[in-house]
Amino acid sequence: MEEKTIANQKVKLTEEGYLVNPAEWNKEIAIEIAKEEGIELSDLHFEVLEFLRKTHESGNTLTIRKVGKSGIVDIKGLYKLFPGGPLKFSSKIAGIPKPSSCV
Amino acid sequence: MSTNKNEKPLKKVCLICAKGSIEDVYATLVMGNGAVMEGIETKMFFTFFGLDAITKKQMNKLHTSTVGNPAMRMPGGLPFPSLLGMLPGVEAGVSAMMKKQMEQLDMPSVDEFLEMITAGGGEIYACKLAMDMFKLEKEDLHDEVKAVLTIGEFYEMSGGDGTQIIFT
Repeated sequence: MEEKTIANQKVKLTEEGYLVNPAEWNKEIAIEIAKEEGIELSDLHFEVLEFLRKTHESGNTLTIRKVGKSGIVDIKGLYKLFPGGPLKFSSKIAGIPKPSSCV
Repeated sequence: MSTNKNEKPLKKVCLICAKGSIEDVYATLVMGNGAVMEGIETKMFFTFFGLDAITKKQMNKLHTSTVGNPAMRMPGGLPFPSLLGMLPGVEAGVSAMMKKQMEQLDMPSVDEFLEMITAGGGEIYACKLAMDMFKLEKEDLHDEVKAVLTIGEFYEMSGGDGTQIIFT
């Protein structure tokens, strides 16, 4: 665990760069983390991030299938938004823990 | 999770599935989809009874074997007698139960799983020899199957550093 300043805010990160406390998240932080992954966030990105945060908050396990059925994007679209890590990168940017599911 | 910084990450995973039971097919699909989700180039080759997984008529009717499987247990953990597994309908019942439990874990049906894999750029191939043997045509296969290949052609696309071939 390390402390880092992202978008002028001190946050705690895990070894792999995920926020330790999802409550510390805000849009500015999301934009900064996304930049590190080479992603520029659009409104559609934020809709996905909100969905991820809500699903995580309600205690449900996230899968790309759930995102695909959210009505925001299909799975193909999700891969386009977060290339090379549809659930990993999106979770990191959404400030929630590393995904724990295999699908 | 600890990762060795000196290790080169996997770049490409080539999976070969030669069996057609629920567990064999899903093991391949989970590994394939998992690789795609990690940003790893993924190619899947289905051969022999594994062809059932990509054949339209069979793909969503896969069974698990209730005989000759020492790991098969009753709900609750008691041993599952092979003699019981031979009774008509038992295999279908057990298979349906297994599918239901997988659904609860958000595991999709076989056709949906294939679509998830190709949506992320994974590629699915069928074995020409096994197709000839089972008298199957390309039209019998799911639309997401990219091509029918010889094993030689599959090896040709399995080269490069950081590539692993996995036989399930």
